[in-house]
This record gives sequence, C-alpha cells and structure tokens, in this order.
Amino acid sequence: MNIAASGDRPQAQKHGHGPTPVIAVIGNPNIGKSTLFNQLTGLRQKIANFPGVTVEKHVGTVTLTSGDANIVDLPGTYSLSANSPDEMIVADVLYGQVEDTEIPDMVLVVVDASTLRRNLFLVSQVIEAGLPTVVALNMVDVAEANGINIDVERLGAELGVRVIPVNAARGQGIDAVKGAMVDALQQPHLSSLNVLPDVRKASAELARELRDAGNHVEDYEVERALVDAGGYAEQRLQRACTTDIIPQLEAVRERLSPDRPLGASEAHRRYAWINALADEVETSAVKTGVSLTERLDAVVSHPLAGSVLFVLVMAIVFQSVFAWATPLMDSIDAVAGALSDRLNASLPEGALTSLLVDGVIAGVGSVVIFLPQILILFAFIIVLEDSGYMARAAFMMDRVMRACGLSGTSFVPMLSSFACAVPGIMATRIIPNRRDRIATILAAPFMTCSARLPVYALLISAFVPQQTYLAGIINLQGMVLFGLYLLGIVGGVTTAWLFKRTALRGPTPSFLMELPPYRLPNLKSLLIRLWERARIFLVRAGTVIFSVAVIIWALVYFPHPQSIQDEFDMKREIAALKYDGEVLAQRLNDLDNQQAAAYLEQSYLGRIGKTIEPIFRPLGWDWKVSSAVVASFPAREVVIAVMGTIYAVGGEVDEESAGLRKRITAATWPDGSKVFTLPMVIGLLVFYAFCLQCVATVAAIGRETDSWRWPVIAWVYMTALGYAGAFLVVQLGSAG
Amino acid sequence: MTLAELKTGQKAVVSGFKEYSPLTQRIMQLGVLEDTVLEVLRRAPAGDPIEIRLLGYALSLRQSEASLIELRDIR
Repeated sequence: MNIAASGDRPQAQKHGHGPTPVIAVIGNPNIGKSTLFNQLTGLRQKIANFPGVTVEKHVGTVTLTSGDANIVDLPGTYSLSANSPDEMIVADVLYGQVEDTEIPDMVLVVVDASTLRRNLFLVSQVIEAGLPTVVALNMVDVAEANGINIDVERLGAELGVRVIPVNAARGQGIDAVKGAMVDALQQPHLSSLNVLPDVRKASAELARELRDAGNHVEDYEVERALVDAGGYAEQRLQRACTTDIIPQLEAVRERLSPDRPLGASEAHRRYAWINALADEVETSAVKTGVSLTERLDAVVSHPLAGSVLFVLVMAIVFQSVFAWATPLMDSIDAVAGALSDRLNASLPEGALTSLLVDGVIAGVGSVVIFLPQILILFAFIIVLEDSGYMARAAFMMDRVMRACGLSGTSFVPMLSSFACAVPGIMATRIIPNRRDRIATILAAPFMTCSARLPVYALLISAFVPQQTYLAGIINLQGMVLFGLYLLGIVGGVTTAWLFKRTALRGPTPSFLMELPPYRLPNLKSLLIRLWERARIFLVRAGTVIFSVAVIIWALVYFPHPQSIQDEFDMKREIAALKYDGEVLAQRLNDLDNQQAAAYLEQSYLGRIGKTIEPIFRPLGWDWKVSSAVVASFPAREVVIAVMGTIYAVGGEVDEESAGLRKRITAATWPDGSKVFTLPMVIGLLVFYAFCLQCVATVAAIGRETDSWRWPVIAWVYMTALGYAGAFLVVQLGSAG
Repeated sequence: MTLAELKTGQKAVVSGFKEYSPLTQRIMQLGVLEDTVLEVLRRAPAGDPIEIRLLGYALSLRQSEASLIELRDIR
C-alpha cells in the first residue's frame, strides 16, 4: 500500500532505557482492552496518575520469555485528536513526552474484530507514530457470530505489523501475544505505513521553521495542531510559541486541503484507505435474525420499561449492600472484639494498652468493618459498567441530566462518585466543556461515596427500627439508606443546575457515546479490579485513618491527670466503707464510668469539643458528637473511628453492649435525656449527606479546576448546606 | 433533510455536514462520513438523544448534533 518512507522518528527523544522494556496498550473504549491488560499482568499492577494531568495510569508487569516488561494501559480513545488535556495524554505517551513514563519500546493496539473499520482509524494513527507495533485482534468470536470473517494474515501484511487473534475474556491467545511482544522487543520492526505522507512532510517542515524561530516544539505536536483545528493541540502549540502561529497553520492547511478543512480531509482519506483495506480482508455473510443486544435493548432502552428497570436495578443494588454484607461485618466485628479482649487480658493497664485497644483496634477496626459493603457496591458498579448497562443508563439519563444543564457524559463521573468522589472528579476529564466539568465536579461530592456509607450504616442500624414490609422484601433500614442516596442525588443535581444558571452559564455540550454490545463481565477482571479497590481502601485505612485514630486517641487520653485517679481512689475507699455486696459492686462500676468521663472531659479533645459545642448546639449535638464531627473533616469516615475511641475510652462498662452502636444509643446529656434522638440522628445524617469532609476531594477539586477558588467555594457551600439542613431537620423535628 | 428528522427504523446515506468544528471532526473520526449508511435504532425518553447504527456499532448523539448531519437516499 503506502510505501512512502517514514517511520523514523528524528525528533522523538529517546530517554534511554533501563533493563526493563516499556509496553503501551492502546485501543478504543469498550473493546476488552482492560480485560486483556488484566490477563497479561494479573495482580502485578497498580493504579497511579500521569503527572500534570489526573488521568488514571494503570501500570503492571508482564512476564515474557525474554524477562519482565512494564506495561502501561492508556485511556480508551477513538483517535489521537484531543479536545482536552486528558485526550492529549495518549499521543504524548506514544511520543515519549510524559514525565515518569519512558517512551514505549513497543505498542500493543487492541482491536475489536466486530467493528474493524472504526478501530482501524486509531490503528493507522498509532502505527504512524513510528514505534514497533503488535495488533491484538479481540472478539473474533463475536465477529464470527455476526457473520464477519477476517483474513488475519492479509491484515497483518497490509498494516506491516503482526496481528494476533485473541479472546481476552476467555484468556485465549495470550501466549501468542506475549510471543509477538518478545519478537517486537528483540527484533524491532517498523511498518512503512503512511496514509497521509503530505501532511507528515508539511508538519515536519513547519516544525523545523518554528524551531528555527526559537520555539521548543515537536513534529507530532505540529501535525496534531494542523489536523485538529480549534482542538487542544492547537491551543497548546500556540502557548508554546512566542508568535501568533494560527495564520501559519491556516496557510499550511489551505495548501494541503484547499477544498475542505484538513481535519475532515484526514478523516475521509483514512476511511477511504480503511474501506479499501477492509474490503480486501473482511468477508461478511448476510446476517439473519435479531442479535441479543437488539433484543435486550428493546426492553432496557425502552422509554417506560427501561426507566422502571433502572430504578429497580438501583434499589436492588442498595438492598444487597445492606443485606449481604451483614454476616461478613459481624465476623469482622467478632474478630476485633476477640483481639481487644486478648490484649486487655494479657497486657497491663496503662497508656500502651489503651493505645492498642482503644486507639488502633477500635479505630481501624470500625472502618475496616465496612469493607464488605464497599466491595459489594463496587462489584455492582463494575458489573453494570462491563456489561454495557452503564452506557444505556447514560443514554436514558441524558435528557434528565440536561435539565440541570449537564449531559449524559456527566452521568458516569457522577455514578463513579458513589464509590468515591476523587475518581469521579477525575473522570470528569471525559467532559470536553470546562463549564460542564466544573458543574459536574461541584455536584460529584454530593453523591453518596463509600466513606459516607459507614456513617449511614452505623446510625441507621442503631436508630432505624428493623422493620420489613411485603413479606420481608422491603426493609425499612434499606429504604432509609436509599432515601439518603436520593438526597445526595437531589443535592448534587440542584447544585449543578444552580451553578449552570449563574456562575457557569453557557451552551450545552456534545453527547457522542458508543453503546457497546451487551457482554458477560469477565470474572478474573472483576476480581482484579475489586482487589485493587480493596487495597486502596485498606491502605487508606492503614495510613490516614490509622494516623487520625492515633492522634484522636492521644487527644482523648491525654493529659490523663493523676489528680483524677487520686480523687476517685478516695471515693472508692469511702464507698467500700459505706456499702457491701451487690450495692458496692454497682457503686464501684458507676465510679469507674464517672472516672472515665472525668478523664474525657479533661482531655484535649474534650476541651476542643466544649469550646465549639455552642456552634453545634442548635443541631442537638453535645461536645462528644461535635468533637467527633470536627475531627472527621479531614476524612468523613473517621467519625466512626473517633466515636469508637471516644465512647470506648469513656466507655459505659457493659459486657452486653460491646458494639459502638449500643454505646451511642445509651449516650445522654447531663440531665439524663438522650443525645441521639431521632431528629438529631436524621439531622446528623443530612449533615453528612451534604458536608464536604474529605481532604482528598478538596485537593482533587483544586487540581482539576486548576484554581484554589473552586475548592474554597465548594467547601464553604457544602458545609453551610450541611449545617442548614441539619438545623432545619432538628428544629422541625423538635417542633413536631 | 438531516439526521435529526430521520424516523426510527429508517436508513439513509450521509451527504454532508452543516458546519466544520472539533465536534463534527470527532463525528467524522467515528465513521460518520459522506457515503456512510446509517440507521436510527431508537430514541431515548422524550425523543432525545437518538441511537444510530453504522459500521457495525451503535452510537448515541443528540438531536442538536444529529441536525448537523445532512442525509440523502432515505429508505
């Protein structure tokens, strides 16, 4: 085909390799790229960030016969054109322009055989980047079921690269891919493919001109800027140059493509080449019958049936999070309790034992207990995503999302925020429009994240009666949880609408999205991703939450004055003289509780809590709750650990009520009335539904909006809303 | 006639674009080009966005985006 000489990369800076080669994996979204990546690496992978941008970077290690290689999974993309910094990262990695990521020694392009033509657009662009390339032809079975047969040998010969058929979901062809990788690494071979030699040549010339004028630019940056008029590459090139380069770009575009815009010309010429190629290598039989996807979509994407199904799916998800997790949570609780008892029995009383039992085990244990719920929720989200349902939900929700000024593309970041707002906010990078991105970023932290779940779960299980209706199908606790999720959604949607109407006014952006065929999620891939999430959660529990638990324990334990010990020792002696038998035992028990309470009031946290108590008094919070809430502003789930520590140290000693939920149910004001009344608890839940208590989220907002203004606005706005909401609930509840 | 006006179940051939922008460039890169045959599969609630089939895959786009795509040979 095209034999125009190219493929050498005079401008690309070879960073100089260590002993471990680097392999980049690239491909369209929804084609099983991540599944193949997981098959290649197994558990030997981790999630990091690309520097400068906040695109998730999945890196792993693959073992080849030639030794280990580092493998980088790039975000799914349809072309190398970029409308946002996120999309530019793929081209930048291929050209070795990303710090921390060495220029790849080879590229693995994953291709969906059932949509070969659309996939070949990216394949041709990647091959032209001039790196040794291997194509993994995935879903050959799906293509064959659709009546499409591909001549793999011929395709490889025409592209000038090895093409390996694989079935990523079943793990077939993985060894062949590894073999081709070894060959590409050991005997690097470059394809001579060049679909647009004139554009390549003109870009190199213009780049040389610009470099001669003292600008630091790369050939590929100029090529992308030329082709993507008005795109991100053009803006970035302009920023990198000292003079106005738009007239120069326009002149070259005009010369290369006088009849139509150069970008349109690129698309037409590539597809002309693709169609000629595909006509040679692809034979498709006439397909009969209706596909499974079409039959499912008749229901799932049906305006009425689909909407009912959507609500049903969400309700099932949240019911399961509650119902299935309970036995697992009970066993974690039992293990933590047994561990505490063992330590209490075997270690002498004192600061160290208290640190281990009341600080470390109580604090970390009360957060780790929510791991089962988080894993179940994540499993559902991953299954919904991988099965193709998520895209349908976005399709169905687009019109609704537009009512608050957003698009269906905002739906996925918002839904991801149900797990954690940080990846959700990072996922807003797929939204090309900046105003929409900011509105979505402001709405995202309202979605009920996994860190809110422990707080909800604790308060609901302690204060909402365990009632079931309709023969046990509907459970009141589950419904309250569902209501809190709805509250978060309403809060987020209203916020987006409000900001889009005022500070972020502007036109509504595009909604181009593929609706992938329905597929059975891959179990191995699901488990690997669940493990990755569990690891992130446990690392967080082991670092941030562990540190906060220890600090809070110290604030609760110290100064621990001897005077209190002396005072209560004296009271015990007096009691021993006055009473005996059961009355004495009861009296001594009371004194122990009073002593613990006295220590707590004297403690640093007690003093902080008392100082700020007046602020939270209208919400019905005493100084213990106030202290716990304030201590949880760095990370909201810490409130459980803090409450665990406060109530364990100030513990009403009762063998029957070892759990935290029983201790807070028993908490009283000095006059004996309950602290945790129903209005106060609902107010507290509303406060946690709205408040922005997460340092990581605040930092992510700052990074993604590239300003300090938006995180400050978000924090003040959400905290005020949380306070106002809780105030309203408590006042209404008390009046009624 | 534009894609926005094409009825559910109808097929047509793309004849051109109303404007050229990063948006239409992206649409073209997805394979919606002059001479591409496409079919409207369904519409979301309230008739917007729409789902079309082309090159063996399904793509969703809004009425406002569909109205940029001009059609011929409606079947």
